[in-house]
Amino acid sequence: MTSVLERFAAEVGPTGPVVAVGGRTQWLVGGPPLTTAREVVAPGGVVDHQPAEMIVRVRAATTVAELDAVLAEAGQMVPLDPDDAVHATVGGVLAVGHSGPRRLRYGPVRDAVLEIVYVSADGTLIKAGAPVVKNVSGYDLCRLLVGSLGTLGLLSEVVLRVQPVPLARRWLAGSGDPFQARARLYRPSSVLWDGTTTWILLEGHPGDVDAEAARLGPGFAEVTGSPPLPTGGRISVRPGQLRSWCAVRSPGSYLAEFGVGTVHLLAPSESAVASHPDPVTARLGAEVKSRFDPSGRLNPGRQP
Amino acid sequence: MIGIGADRTQLREGGSMNLAALLADLGAELSPERVRADPLEVALYARDASMIEGRAAAVCFPTTTAEVQAAVRVARVHGRAVIPRGSGTGLAGGAVPVSADGVDPVVVVTTKMNRILEIDAEERVAWVQPGVLNLDLSRAVAHLGLHFAPDPSSQQACSVGGNVANNSGGPHCLLYGVTSAHVLAVEVVLADGSVAMLGGLDPDPGGYDLRGAFVGSEGTMGIATRIAVRLTPLPPTVRTLLVDFMSIDDAAAAVTGIIAAGLVPAALEMMDAPITRAVEEYVHAGFPLDAAAVLLVEVDGLPSGVDAAAATVAEVVAAHGARTIRVAADPAERALLWKGRKSAFGAIARIAPNYYLHDAVVPRGKLVDVLRQVNAIAERHGLAVMNVFHAGDGNLHPLLLFDRRHPGVVDRVFAAGKEIMEVCVAAGGVLSGEHGIGLEKRDYMGMIFSAADLDAQARLRAAFDPSGVCNPTKVLPAGSRCGDLQSVPEGAWV
Repeated sequence: MTSVLERFAAEVGPTGPVVAVGGRTQWLVGGPPLTTAREVVAPGGVVDHQPAEMIVRVRAATTVAELDAVLAEAGQMVPLDPDDAVHATVGGVLAVGHSGPRRLRYGPVRDAVLEIVYVSADGTLIKAGAPVVKNVSGYDLCRLLVGSLGTLGLLSEVVLRVQPVPLARRWLAGSGDPFQARARLYRPSSVLWDGTTTWILLEGHPGDVDAEAARLGPGFAEVTGSPPLPTGGRISVRPGQLRSWCAVRSPGSYLAEFGVGTVHLLAPSESAVASHPDPVTARLGAEVKSRFDPSGRLNPGRQP
Repeated sequence: MIGIGADRTQLREGGSMNLAALLADLGAELSPERVRADPLEVALYARDASMIEGRAAAVCFPTTTAEVQAAVRVARVHGRAVIPRGSGTGLAGGAVPVSADGVDPVVVVTTKMNRILEIDAEERVAWVQPGVLNLDLSRAVAHLGLHFAPDPSSQQACSVGGNVANNSGGPHCLLYGVTSAHVLAVEVVLADGSVAMLGGLDPDPGGYDLRGAFVGSEGTMGIATRIAVRLTPLPPTVRTLLVDFMSIDDAAAAVTGIIAAGLVPAALEMMDAPITRAVEEYVHAGFPLDAAAVLLVEVDGLPSGVDAAAATVAEVVAAHGARTIRVAADPAERALLWKGRKSAFGAIARIAPNYYLHDAVVPRGKLVDVLRQVNAIAERHGLAVMNVFHAGDGNLHPLLLFDRRHPGVVDRVFAAGKEIMEVCVAAGGVLSGEHGIGLEKRDYMGMIFSAADLDAQARLRAAFDPSGVCNPTKVLPAGSRCGDLQSVPEGAWV
């Protein structure tokens, strides 16, 4: 019997340029894929959710909304939080590697990944990692693959670490300084700033959320949510330099994640990546690519 | 004691001349007092905390990145492998000096690179040299309300560089995550002596996550010379509970119950009866001597959440037959309970001259079954076994006690160790949760990975170190590289 993963590997095959298609919600990140490349779609579906082990096995083409719905039934979540959960796929979110706006509390998406099954450049199914929450058996290929834009292997199935959904959740907004606001709080889930207004997400036990909200002072009031993240581009700034970065931009032209350093731009005006690897590191990256995909057939045209 | 790399006979001839030239070159680059070749001194670096022994040609103690580069380049010119080493607390043989060709390697020790370079309290980042001790870092930032979250039991002795190499865990990684989640950037001296900065302080540095690939690579991809770590706020409220059970099955089921209740405690540790008695006689922390098992449960965070979590823990353990629940009344009592847990290995020294500490992870739901099988394996081999482990994430640490002087006992220990691994893997587990593969488990990798999986890992390693200079023969079993890899010309893609 051939499994769906084996069928996907056979479809990818060993030759010719291929591009993995998810929800096309981040299609231009890292450059558009070559149009001559053959499009392939990974299998989808939530395979196995084990609430007591706090893990879920899910195929790459599953939409984030579908995963969220399955986990929510058990009061659990994986805070991937893409802009468009209805269309974004789990594989796409991990291949792009962008974390959601709750990264401040839950960490980057790469830290939620326990196992990845992918199709290598020669069309073979490869397993990296394992479905347990702690593992140093061999090299950490999972973190290498997250954010690789499918250029090292095509994600087929992953095991993610899940978390309990917090009991309470409250957004507040005010004109207070985001640095000071963050310093007053223990573990806010998100601190956003557009140059004028600070939005803060508090999550946790209701009593703690109330106490933390009170700690912010009268300058903050409860709101229904944050503004939508601007989609003009995304840049990566050292969190310690956000204040000076913001000081020379016009308010309202961005939304910055304080404590994290991700800035969402209203209009595409700057390069999507703020820091570039040094020449030795860039050469190392090229070396990794050449050993994983010698003919350059995986997602040609895209560069992480 | 196992000897590795015994086939050195072909090198004896002319070896001393080569050695003299190596030492002269190392001494010229580093300064003679930081290069040691005295047989007695070098013998101290033949082992780490494992039972495996190798042999080094020389040991050097660089103090700067440039000196590490020089040591690597000199070793390379002389055809010697390089063995990175931190404090040498590793249990899997990762720092044991061995080579693929039998030529004694050069050990590069980072203990003299022990300065904290920079602390940024607002950004919550510290730059450290690799030899900084784990606990020293947390102590140095405690006055800022911060700490370095990974806390292996050896944290008084182990170095941050070693934590990076092994992606170390510790009791509190259940909530806070393993070392990789706390490392933002690493400056690495590569096998060719060049320096790369992997990762960065901004959230999404461009290119592949080579930082993520490097963390946990056990010294096979280069030597970390500067590390940017994330500092974590100290929790405002901490509650530590010591719970005891009259049955080990009940204790293990309570662990599963706590996780299933939707809690992620900061730590959830388990000790069986033999280790509890050993520890109590050693530290006098008031651990119950007649219990079949004890759990050390810690919840932390903001006060309401901590109260609620502690109440849930109490309910769950009571439902699983807990006999008593003791809540640490103050930080001193909490420290005493943790001292008991973290002194477990010292306590054992009073019982048997040697122990073999295992490390494996199983799904939490399999803990009861796997523990039973582990104890049965030890009994079959006539070995005493004690269990003290990170139950919350299914990370088992069976300890086999023995006296090496008894003939044949070491063989029985290794045979039992292999069977324990097989049981854990059969339960859906992995070979190591935090100690690494090193030499100890290298040949077990085929238990959990296919030839194609291992080939992918070998490709990653070869991208960093194509000629196998850095910590050769570790992690991957011989023959992991598939034949076709050899046909890829070096640097062809650049």
